[in-house]
Amino acid sequence: MIIAEQKPFEEIARMVEIFDKVLILGCNECVTVCLAGGEKEVGLMATSLRLLRKQGDRPIITLEETITRQCEWEYLDQIEKLAEEAECIISMACGVGVQFVAERFPDKWVIPALNTKSAGGSVKHGLWEERCGLCGECILHKTGGLCPVARCSKRILNGPCGGSQNGKCEVKDVDCIWDQIYKKMTIIGKLEQLLEIEPEKDWSKARDGGPRKVVREDVMIYE
Amino acid sequence: MSEFQPKIVAFCCYYCAYSAADLAGSMRLQYPPTIRMIEQPCSGRIDVQLILQAFEDGADGVYVAGCLEGDCHFLKGNYRAKLRVAQAKKILDDVGIGGERVEMFNLSGSMGPRFAEIAHEMHEKIKQLGPSPLNKAVASGQLPAASGSD
Repeated sequence: MIIAEQKPFEEIARMVEIFDKVLILGCNECVTVCLAGGEKEVGLMATSLRLLRKQGDRPIITLEETITRQCEWEYLDQIEKLAEEAECIISMACGVGVQFVAERFPDKWVIPALNTKSAGGSVKHGLWEERCGLCGECILHKTGGLCPVARCSKRILNGPCGGSQNGKCEVKDVDCIWDQIYKKMTIIGKLEQLLEIEPEKDWSKARDGGPRKVVREDVMIYE
Repeated sequence: MSEFQPKIVAFCCYYCAYSAADLAGSMRLQYPPTIRMIEQPCSGRIDVQLILQAFEDGADGVYVAGCLEGDCHFLKGNYRAKLRVAQAKKILDDVGIGGERVEMFNLSGSMGPRFAEIAHEMHEKIKQLGPSPLNKAVASGQLPAASGSD
């Protein structure tokens, strides 16, 4: 899933200071699971903004709604009336959701409440880690299911480097993923596979090649 | 103008603080009438939203009273409550109400005198801090009392 984190409250409060009636829009997908922008966080954001603004001479009216997915038109259609009512929309979804909201409601000011961090998962309560680098060409079959693109600080494809010390990375306080790949390959008896030199990666399939698209003609609906 | 009497909401766990309050009553212990108690099945029932809502609805202070650490009837409820109170403090600081207006206390059902003591402690603390920023205007007679959410 996409991992996101709430922006500092002060930053959000500053972005909405010129508005008197806002729609706070949550998303029921990834950001609900990473506890950043689900129904509960929408409630907290609305109450926090009201508490702040009640202290001044410009109280704020908050409309709250959480939809199934912000990254799909059909769910955004459901909030058309609410969106009309509000002066601006605070989207508590990932960057994708914010942009879909902005595109669906072109005359509305849209404010992002989260910083989108990575594609990953929850390894334990309250801890989310990056797992996928979205490089566009998966190599996990060569590395025992552990991704060096996303989890090696240097993204090297023929590791480990000289900075791997006692299973730890020299760059950041993380485990050396190449150390783990080595151990995993040993367990599954495929160690010799690591002797093969991995050629340079085609980064044009990643973000470096510009915005990407996936097209599936077979599921397109033609009127 | 009359002396400031705070409004304090106490979220009390049924297994400890609520029973301790009963005991305090049976022992004829006096504690300030500024405490409004809300019974909870466990302090782990507390939620940051509930705490914030209390302030929005006019409270000057809030406290959560749960069992002694290690003694939760549901094993970990009071530890969870402690973390949530810490989170509520952070949010209250962010929005300018002040995190010091919310506290967490731990006691057992047999600690009636301690219950009364906590009530006094909290009463004195909030009295010193003065009305919540939302109630300041009310205290000086400028605006109607803070009301519920929109």
